[in-house]
Amino acid sequence: MSVNIIDQMVAQGVPFAREYGGLLDNRSFGGAQVSRTFYARGQTGQQLLLGAYQQFSRQVGLGGIRLFNRCELVDVVVVDGRASGIVVRDLMTGEIQSHAAHAVVLATGGYGNVFFLSTNAMACNVTAAWRAHRRGALFANPCYTQIHPTCIPQSDEFQSKLTLMSESLRNDGRVWVPKNADEVRAAHDIPEADRDYYLERLYPSFGNLAPRDISSRAAKRAVDKGLGVGPLKNGVYLDFSDAINRLGRDVVEERYGNLFEMYERIAGENPYDVPMRIYPATHYTMGGLWVDYELQTNIPGLYAAGEANFSDHGANRLGASALMQGLADGYFVLPYTIGNELAPMLNKPIPGTDHPEFKRAEQEARDRYNGYLNVNGTRSPDWFHRELGKIIWDYCGMERTEQGLEKALSELPALYEEFKKDLRVTGDGNSLNQTLEKAGRVDDFFQLGMLMCRDALDRNESCGGHFRSEYQTDEGEAQRDDDNYCHVSAWQWGGDAMSPKLNVEPLEFKEVHLATRSYK
Amino acid sequence: MSNHLTNLTLRVWRQKGPNDSGHFEDHAIEQISDEASFLEMLDILNERLIAQGKEAVVFDHDCREGICGTCSLMINGQAHGNQRGTATCQLHMRKFKSGDTIVIEPWRASAFPIIKDLMVDRSAFDRIIESGGFITAPTGGAPDANLIPIPKPVADSAMDSAECIGCGACVAACPNGAANLFTAAKVSHLNRLPQGQAERYKRVEAMVETMDEYFGSCTNHGECEAACPKEISIDVIALMNKDYRKAKLKNRKDLSRT
Repeated sequence: MSVNIIDQMVAQGVPFAREYGGLLDNRSFGGAQVSRTFYARGQTGQQLLLGAYQQFSRQVGLGGIRLFNRCELVDVVVVDGRASGIVVRDLMTGEIQSHAAHAVVLATGGYGNVFFLSTNAMACNVTAAWRAHRRGALFANPCYTQIHPTCIPQSDEFQSKLTLMSESLRNDGRVWVPKNADEVRAAHDIPEADRDYYLERLYPSFGNLAPRDISSRAAKRAVDKGLGVGPLKNGVYLDFSDAINRLGRDVVEERYGNLFEMYERIAGENPYDVPMRIYPATHYTMGGLWVDYELQTNIPGLYAAGEANFSDHGANRLGASALMQGLADGYFVLPYTIGNELAPMLNKPIPGTDHPEFKRAEQEARDRYNGYLNVNGTRSPDWFHRELGKIIWDYCGMERTEQGLEKALSELPALYEEFKKDLRVTGDGNSLNQTLEKAGRVDDFFQLGMLMCRDALDRNESCGGHFRSEYQTDEGEAQRDDDNYCHVSAWQWGGDAMSPKLNVEPLEFKEVHLATRSYK
Repeated sequence: MSNHLTNLTLRVWRQKGPNDSGHFEDHAIEQISDEASFLEMLDILNERLIAQGKEAVVFDHDCREGICGTCSLMINGQAHGNQRGTATCQLHMRKFKSGDTIVIEPWRASAFPIIKDLMVDRSAFDRIIESGGFITAPTGGAPDANLIPIPKPVADSAMDSAECIGCGACVAACPNGAANLFTAAKVSHLNRLPQGQAERYKRVEAMVETMDEYFGSCTNHGECEAACPKEISIDVIALMNKDYRKAKLKNRKDLSRT
């Protein structure tokens, strides 16, 4: 499939990097020991997105697609057990509208912004997936979240997002921290003997390219031991001086020039002279709406594609494979599977937007948004989002414990109650109101956050992006429990955020046998 | 190490909707860390406005990594502020001084009507792409990507143009409100690649003519290049003009044959 994707995207004009002979170039990526990843400078994902956008625009121009810009899905309508359409809120006018259809596809991304600080774009939210969940779609493995090791560390309390530095940097950068917690010398003045290149030491074969979860936890442990670097001692060094000496500054500049510039703009330091400082941040969520092999959720007619679903990655995701999934789902899976559902419905009428279920969903949406406006409390949606994010990061972030998760599950409902009583949304509901949009999203993040913690508490093992401190080997590696947890946890909405019902789907391995990959 | 700026005055454009005349509103920022990004400063301002029971300032933003093209803002009369090759979201307060007055306006161009406060409607760009900013390659059956070798310099120059994020700074900076840098970046990305040759002249003709429906004309001021957060070279406009000129002859000839 990935070969088809590259061929397709190249045919559409995505400018993948080429060798001098004109063939496609490759490079290595986290979790891989060979160069096998196609790339377009440090912005492969962006270029693939633009390529898909151009094809999409072509269809818009041809009249095959109608776009509703600046509209947000606020509910999925289910009639007689089938997904029959959606309810949206026009962000420009606040008007609630319905669209009826034979099938609904959610390609609405992941929920990483539940942490408040993440590498996701600011508008990413869980609302579409969550509203489908509340209408009966199962939400699978919400605790599988990926923390990316190469982000710029937080610099202050008001920080709004964390910037990802492309993982390709780990190809040539060496990760290290000082050996002594009381180190005060500048990076350059610390001699080799006083540096700990901990990834190379712990994982000699993968070294600086160890997978994301392993690299992230190793960085967290170094910082937790007080070995962190930078003004807040909250990062580790990613040092390019060896690469610059070996390859020359020109080569390093060609490979990473734009990333170095970006780093300098944000951190105010020049990474050609001073090592970069990096620290892990939430980047991707492997969990999502449960789907079958046809990408259909348990609600007939409702599909979920890309990061919005739970499929493909299991408990962890390797570099570049989210792009693969998004493109495979959209270009090569859905076009072939959705027809199976649609064919028997030929010439059959579907419920229109005047159906009572649509009217009911519309009214609920109106009440919901009016509700936010009428609380008249004292705290903004952003304030609540930040507090929610702190709880999730502290107790359901890189390392989780039973005690911590239980604490989170007692703090979250309390904060959610406060949200309902003390929220303040200024402005009105009949015009563009970003504060009101945010309130709706934070509401859904609260409910999802509780499910995440519940799922993490339920999974008494460490597995990929889910690391429970109680379950680790003597060397600090994740310890799975295949006897009891070799399954997908698909949660069903139980009427309120604190009472989800668990459905278990066993994982069967027929051709490839279950093993533990060693990165040593 | 973080330092603080003090006594900033923000002069922010407020406009209730497309038909409102709009006005400037002054806000004092007594103290802010120089580690804050420009948009984080606006976040802080908005938190304060909400605390006072006032409506937050509306502005577009999304990735905050300089790659999505959603953020905009004229800062002291310059699109994306005065740091070269930097989108507003990556501009940090360390580029300002204590006591500064910072004037914040939306993109000013008739093709980009103001939606509210600092947010504008840039869908005219979508119309240009819809008219021809693509290679017709329906899904399935694409040939092997290595079948047509692409010389590295060609792939690299196509990539230079493809870096355009469609933010609209070029239009906002242009005294004529022209979109030539945007359109030319898209044209030259596709027209430089072997895959783009079949539709080369049809593409440039359609895109240029759609552009002319919405935007002003280019008179080679060069403000666009200076404002571009991706530092796209103005050379692409020459390539577009050359292809457009050829297209006017070639497309007519091809049509007369059918």
